[in-house]
Amino acid sequence: MIMSKKQSPSKQFDPHKNYQATQKAIGYVSRSEATKKDYERIGFKSGLEVHQQLKTKKKLFCRCPAGIFNDDNDYHAEIIRHMRPTLSEMGEYDGTALMEFKTRKEIVYRINNKTTCTYEIDDTPPFPINREALEIALEISLQCKMSIVGEVHITRKQYLDGSIPTGFQRTAILGVGGELQLKNKKIGLIQLSIEEDACREVSDIGHRRIYKTDRLGMPLIETVTQPECLTPDELREAGDYIRFLNRSTGKVRTGMGAARQDTNVSCEGGTRVEIKGVSHSKWLPELSHNECFRQWALLNIKKELASRISDPSSWTMRHIDVDAYSLNLENELAQQRVDNGNKLVAVALPSFHGILSHFTQPGKSFTNEISDRLKVIACIEKPNITSDEDLENPLSEQDAVKLASLLKASADDAIVLIWGPEADIPTALETIEERCRMAFEGVPRETRRPLSDGTSLFERVLPGADRMYPDTDSAPIPLEDSYIKKLSNNLPVDIWQRYQELAKMRIPEDTHNYILRRNLVPIIEEVANMGFPARFVGTFLGHNLKCIEGRMPLHQDFTYKRIVEMFAFLKKKQLHHSLAKLMLPVIYEHPNMDFNSVLISINFKRRTFDDLMAPVDYLIEKLKEIRVTQNGDSDVTVNWVMGQLNKQALGNIDLKELRKRIEERVSK
Amino acid sequence: MEDIFQGYKGRALDVLKKYNVRVWGKANIETNRGTFQGTVLPRAENDDDCHIVLKIDTGYNVGIDIFTITGMKEIGYFKATYKIPEKEFPFTPNLPKVKLLGTGGTIASRLDYRTGAVIPAFSPGELYGAVPELADICNLSTEKLFAVFSENMGPEQYKALAVAIGKEIENGIDGIIIGHGTDTLSHTAAALTFMVQNSPVPIILVGSQRSSDRPSSDAALNLMNAAYSAGHSDIAEVMVCMFGPTSDEYGFLHRGTRVRKMHSSYRSTFRTVGDTPLATVSLKNGIKPIKDEYNHRRKDRKVKILPYFEEKVTIVYYYPNMQPDIIDALVDNGYKGIIIAGTGLGHINKPLYPAIERATKKGVHIFMTVQTLWGFAHMYVYDTGRDLMAKGIIPAENMLPETAYIKLGWVLGQTDDPKEVRRMMLTPINGEITEREPYNGYLIYQGGVPEVEDFIRKFRK
Repeated sequence: MIMSKKQSPSKQFDPHKNYQATQKAIGYVSRSEATKKDYERIGFKSGLEVHQQLKTKKKLFCRCPAGIFNDDNDYHAEIIRHMRPTLSEMGEYDGTALMEFKTRKEIVYRINNKTTCTYEIDDTPPFPINREALEIALEISLQCKMSIVGEVHITRKQYLDGSIPTGFQRTAILGVGGELQLKNKKIGLIQLSIEEDACREVSDIGHRRIYKTDRLGMPLIETVTQPECLTPDELREAGDYIRFLNRSTGKVRTGMGAARQDTNVSCEGGTRVEIKGVSHSKWLPELSHNECFRQWALLNIKKELASRISDPSSWTMRHIDVDAYSLNLENELAQQRVDNGNKLVAVALPSFHGILSHFTQPGKSFTNEISDRLKVIACIEKPNITSDEDLENPLSEQDAVKLASLLKASADDAIVLIWGPEADIPTALETIEERCRMAFEGVPRETRRPLSDGTSLFERVLPGADRMYPDTDSAPIPLEDSYIKKLSNNLPVDIWQRYQELAKMRIPEDTHNYILRRNLVPIIEEVANMGFPARFVGTFLGHNLKCIEGRMPLHQDFTYKRIVEMFAFLKKKQLHHSLAKLMLPVIYEHPNMDFNSVLISINFKRRTFDDLMAPVDYLIEKLKEIRVTQNGDSDVTVNWVMGQLNKQALGNIDLKELRKRIEERVSK
Repeated sequence: MEDIFQGYKGRALDVLKKYNVRVWGKANIETNRGTFQGTVLPRAENDDDCHIVLKIDTGYNVGIDIFTITGMKEIGYFKATYKIPEKEFPFTPNLPKVKLLGTGGTIASRLDYRTGAVIPAFSPGELYGAVPELADICNLSTEKLFAVFSENMGPEQYKALAVAIGKEIENGIDGIIIGHGTDTLSHTAAALTFMVQNSPVPIILVGSQRSSDRPSSDAALNLMNAAYSAGHSDIAEVMVCMFGPTSDEYGFLHRGTRVRKMHSSYRSTFRTVGDTPLATVSLKNGIKPIKDEYNHRRKDRKVKILPYFEEKVTIVYYYPNMQPDIIDALVDNGYKGIIIAGTGLGHINKPLYPAIERATKKGVHIFMTVQTLWGFAHMYVYDTGRDLMAKGIIPAENMLPETAYIKLGWVLGQTDDPKEVRRMMLTPINGEITEREPYNGYLIYQGGVPEVEDFIRKFRK
């Protein structure tokens, strides 16, 4: 139900009330309250495209080093490009292309000579594909149980946002099909491709978008799942699974931005919408939840509009230039913008009253749908729109009345006020009309940018499959059967098997995701093979190492190999493995320190069993002196004596063994 | 009969025939690596006969190894037929009439996502579809003269172009654009400078360095700049219009006799050597002349067309230890003119002297240019140079080797009288020899020097 002016003529329209009413009307529940039933009700459906950088020395199609990054202002030269859409099959520009062209963006690339050559800026054709990268990607494809292609064809995939200076990304399919075994179900895979990574954005203000080219061209794989995740939790599980699988090879990059997910989401009756560049799988549930409800809300708007407007094709909006001063508008924001040289335009959206403040996402309404597009397509910085339905900066009633009479609008119409540089106003008006018309259809096809609060922003129109064509600069690469067989023989263990192995080793479940994320099973196996208990090693890594990682900065020389070496040292010196817990903080901070020095730094002294036991009788007596009240409680005594000896004993003897002996003495 | 197995040969063709699957057929392919589904695409002629190309549903192409195929079935068929949609190029009164003559280079194109083919756009309607801004610049008409790659352009094409240009000028055109591959663009520019003299209108050669299918191509901007220059420029010369910097900023108008392609792939590959370009051009700022002196646009139609070329002319790039038999072989094979690109100020080694002497005595015209590209052949500085001149080699001042080659061919197409050949060669027609070399005619900065890096960061976009 949407409030309308007609129903409450005396009172001013309250956008917040309308927002809440519409939120309730569509049956929105927050992510924490949502149950499987809620997702069934709105027909949640989602899939993933997981991007993972590969750990290679060089980039994919040139010999620049991979994995070296520059600060935004650390560059040697700038290059300017404009992206022109090329004609599609029907001789028309497709949606994205047209939109990007409308924006008339000037794209600036900041180039650092250390990380960029003439290939990245498209002044040189590609060099033959990086074989190291291709091999890693093939191994992962095989691990995903995919059908591996017989010949790799490099394809050009158009991007007009400027994130790749050529205007297309070089990419190739290595495998199709395959599946993932999650806890309770299987998720099908569509394909895995190898591709070059894009630029990193520095800024995007007005008509100028700045990129840096350090990341550009780094090898990346993209694993695409079927849209078979039916709850946000399944989506996250699938995301984690693919991430762990990639990492299990030990040949992929980790750290900020090394793995990024795009998720496509739809609700029943909605449209496939893609949220791009989610850098952590833990954000997937909230984002997909909100997107699904956003679509559900847009469908409600569609229904509402259908009840108001019988013939959408005849719907048009009206607009009029506004002089803020002669009209004496109260709205301060609008005044400010005019003072900054912007033009003001009032627009009447017939029969749209109450739609603008209709709930779409938490804290957002249909107005944001328009405002996002004004920023992206017409390049007008936010805030770029207001109305008497605005949740943050609404027009006063007087302003709204003035504009309504100027536009000869009725009470059913929505009135918005926009502003921007004069040259951008025509695009802005087109954009508003276009988005409103889309509301009659329901959910527009688009890609969205994730925000940290779990909502998302319009990014661009979703491109279709019709933007691929062969890269005429590269020859097809045959993949011999013998080569594929050789790679198949050398694959890491499946992730679902890894979960089973960890359970079998009785390693606590709360460590499993950490261990798989860091690909630590091979480390556990290596240490366990020396004769140390696997359960201890797993817990040691999953608790102690994880804890230290969170507390201390990482030394560049520290690797997990150092932990293996530490256990080898303990074995050689016949020291008890419990000492590892004391040594770990030291080797984490000083990975180059030799282990004997580590022992000194933790004040370790070698003691025989007899040495350790020698003061026990004395300690028992001493406790009797200082703790008169608790005399006779043997547990307290044992604990206290253990406490006194703990530090000296650690590494020299199993503490359980020591405790047993002390208990014997106490009970004597 | 229609080829239903387009491009497939040998074993791959056998497999398609065996399973009765055609190109454009939608196929299910079982292999021992798994199942694939997609549309069978034509195969490139030079690719092997061990793979079948498939376009899968997501738009990507993959190759299937025929030796892994265990079964294959055609489950649909859709043959794509393509026609570039034409929109009528709008006529705007008061805009100049410009003719685009095509030689085979692709300036604009349309993508065919189904085949992956890049289809060249050429007719005014097609070009208007690809670069609509052209309609705001001029009234464009087009004619396709030939369809050859840049490297296959030669005397026949130069002459035909000159004649076609003459006709267009006679018919009252306001400017001419020649679309051309970039590899030998400057050779054609030089040839047209000699063959089309005293033109009253601009004659602009244009190409693109990065294929026109890419959104970042230089093609559209070059074409717009060329169309603007042809229609609106006051400079009535044969010029090359290509990117100034590698950024999408402005184009240069280079004099056709002094321009050279200097990088195999950069957008800003064309440079005027030994002088400055004539002007910069952009839609934003129009034509900004750099040089004060040039031939101005005129209303008359008094153009001279001189379509002559002697094909037995060659260019010899000297290297240490070159053997005299190279020169002898040229003479014995009937070559009438030789341009030498010598070292330094114009030198070659002594063992070649007898061969040179023999050649000039046989009436072969030999001119000396420098392989340093910048600077003059100064053959008086060292004795060796004087010796060479005594043996009949004529220094060609600061003519670029390729320009000298084109000019000698053109001169020998008209006369073989040694005095006349010498006179014509050394009398510049349009800047192929300059009296003076300006100080800023040679600017190759070296990266790494702080002030150069500073300049690049601040100004060289």
